[in-house]
Order: sequence, then structure tokens, then C-alpha cells
Amino acid sequence: MTISRRDFLTTATATTGAAMTPELSHAHPHEHEHQAVPSDPTLRVKALESLLVEKGLVDRAALDTLVDTYEHKIGPRNGARVVARAWVEPAFKARLLADANDAMADFGYLSRQGDRMVVVENTPTVHNLIVCTLCSCYPWPVLGLPPVWYKSAPYRSRAVIDPRGVLREFGLELPANVEVRVWDSTAELRYLVLPERPASTERMSEEELAVLVTRDSMVGVARVAVPSSGGQG
Amino acid sequence: MNGIHDMGGMQDMGPIEYEKSEPVFHAPWESRVFAMLLAASAWHKWNLDAFRHTREVLPPADYLQVSYYEQWLSGLRDLLVRRGLVTAAEFESGTPAPGTAKATPPLTPEKIPAAILTRIHANRDIHVSPRFQVGQRVRARNINPMGHTRLPRYARGKIGMIDRDHGVFVFPDTNAHFLGENPQHVYSVCFATRELWGAQAAEKDCVYVDMWDDYLEPA
Repeated sequence: MTISRRDFLTTATATTGAAMTPELSHAHPHEHEHQAVPSDPTLRVKALESLLVEKGLVDRAALDTLVDTYEHKIGPRNGARVVARAWVEPAFKARLLADANDAMADFGYLSRQGDRMVVVENTPTVHNLIVCTLCSCYPWPVLGLPPVWYKSAPYRSRAVIDPRGVLREFGLELPANVEVRVWDSTAELRYLVLPERPASTERMSEEELAVLVTRDSMVGVARVAVPSSGGQG
Repeated sequence: MNGIHDMGGMQDMGPIEYEKSEPVFHAPWESRVFAMLLAASAWHKWNLDAFRHTREVLPPADYLQVSYYEQWLSGLRDLLVRRGLVTAAEFESGTPAPGTAKATPPLTPEKIPAAILTRIHANRDIHVSPRFQVGQRVRARNINPMGHTRLPRYARGKIGMIDRDHGVFVFPDTNAHFLGENPQHVYSVCFATRELWGAQAAEKDCVYVDMWDDYLEPA
């Protein structure tokens, strides 16, 4: 699939998306009379928020803080910092692979007693890929919220039956001698891929390396690219 | 439940539609639904398994067609009513029932940094004996419950090996229906892709599926 085709599909989906939002609420049978007319979720969501705030069920400032946290504070940069440190500090990497919670507590992304995470390492002979076939489980503390493609039927359905085909679609062709390990997040473990450190980055600092690490590489659908430097690094 | 959500192994769902520089939310209402679900969950009137199940019981055509946060909105409204936080009449009128006292929201901004570290809160620090050991051959049970389960169809009846023991977690099949936590060990079970999909699969590849004790039997 070419980028232009992807862009076309994305645009097409975004354009038709607004028309594909019939009222779903089972709790509200009377609204089913209006099902034929697609309603804008904006108004329904505003009404729901007003009701919950008025009842004292949610604090509007807490909603604002949650949105700000996941829009601006928690995202793939968190995971990239972890990966970069694992690349430069062998002792940290060993801890990360043995007990990700313990290692990530150093950054404040996880607590030792909190929700569990597992880090799996890519090597020249092993490639890991993360999926959640049943819903949308994704390592929020280090990658933020999942992109739409990760939650979509095409990715969820095929990642387990044709992982090499999925990777090819992302532009990653793996040789036959590389073992593909797909991690289906069916329980309350969240997985993160520790990608391979690219060649010719030996002189880069931890901070410089973190800039190279992409979200896709930590899901396992891409490699970390070699920086196209003009002889630097 | 053998629903549309259990889609591992299905084919012909189309190409993966990748959006470059994708925003976290595609519209403000999505972010409000997201935040309301998290904030309302702090009442502990439901759990993550119950929330997942609200999406699984959507009509299959709706499940595939509506956007992700529309699924969330539907599930949130469903749980608010079923668990007694909002009445159907209040949804009708859009205002609290006359004479009801205003509650105090459990989740306030200062509690959020700590709360997100235990958002899922499914691991249990208690002693439960594991039924299986690392390295042991196991078979995923062939079960087809009508309710919630996290045993995907593609693994049922298949033979794998216990790769690691993750410790003790609540059991979603009962927890989703408020029938108890039933805590038990969860393992990563390694299935060869040829065991799952036959000779068409690559020889060395494997799928790791997290499995509770009750999903497994010795093989």
C-alpha cells in the first residue's frame, strides 16, 4: 500500500465518519425512533457531561486534567526515553526485561505495585509485534492512547494469522530466519517492544537516541530508522 | 461470547488505514467521552471487564461501523444506568431527578497522577497456587460461554507451552458480570503459528496469548 493510498483512505473515512454515528444507547429506547437520522455526538456528549457534572458524579476540572494528561503529557516520548536508556545502560535494560514495572518506576511511568507491563526485546533473530485482538489494550503509560489503525478490524484480525503480511503492509519485510513473536494482549499485561538500536549510533547520547525512537517501533510494526546524518553521530 | 469483537484470524477486513501525524482525539467530544469514562469509573460501580463487555454486546454491524469512542459512549451510558448512577428518566430530561442530593465526585484533579498508575487494578497481591508451571505443555479449553471471556476463539483447543507466569489477576469471565473476582494465575502461553493456522504459517513464528488458569488443561 502506498502512502498516497493510505492518505486517500484516511480522508475518505474522515469524511464519511460523521454520517456513520447512529444512536447506540441501549439505555434509551425512545431514541431508537430517531435512529434513521444520524445525530452529531457532540450534542449528546455535551448533554451527558452537563448531567454528570450537575449530579456531582464527575468533576469538570478532573475531565479537563485527564484530557490534557493524555493529549499532552503521556505519549510515545515516554516509551522512547525508556528505550533510549535501555540502549545505553545494560543494567537498566536487564531490569527492564526482567521487571518492567521496577525499571519504569525510575521514570514515574509505572509504580512497582501498579498495573503490570512487560517489555519484549527485538534482536537480529527475533521480531516482536503487539496486538489486542479482542479490544484495544495498549501500553498507555508509555505510548499514550492507541492510534485508530491499532484498534481497527484489519490490524486486529490479521496480526495473529498473517503477521508477516501485516508487517509488509507497514513496509517491513522480515527474512525467513527471523522468528516473529506476536503478543496478543488478552489479559491485564501491557506489552512494549524494545526495538533494536540502529547501527552507527554509537556516539549518540541517550537524549539524542530517544528522538529516534518512534511509536510504531515500540508496537513492533517498524524498525528504528538509521539517522540520515551527514557523517555526524 | 462468540462475538464480532473476537476477530483474531479473520480475513478480508481490508487494508490497514494508517494516518500520519494522527491526533490523540479526532474531535473534542471524543476526549470528553474518554475522560468521563475514566472519571465515572472512579465510583467503582463497575470494572474494566464489565466495560469491555458493553462493547462486545453491541449489534455486530454497529460494532464494525461506528467509531471507537461512539462505542465508549454507548458503554458508559449503559453502565451508568445499570449500576444505578443515573436513571433512565434523568437521561430523558437531561437534568437530575428533583430532590436528589448532589454527590461529591471521587476523582479530583490532584488524585489523577496516582490514579492513572493503578487504572486497570486487576493484579492481586495474594497467594494462589498456580495450576501450571513454566515449560509445561497445555491445551486451551474449548469453551463457548455466552458471557464475557478473554479466551479468543482462534486459540481454543490448541496446544501451547507456558512461557511465563505473570502472577495473580482477577478473572474476567466472572468479574465482568459482577460474579466475583475469582483471582488466579495468568500465564503467557506460546502457540506455534502452525498449531494455530496450519502449514500455511511460517515455521518458526509463534503467538503468545495471556491465559488464566481456568482457560487451560494439561496436554
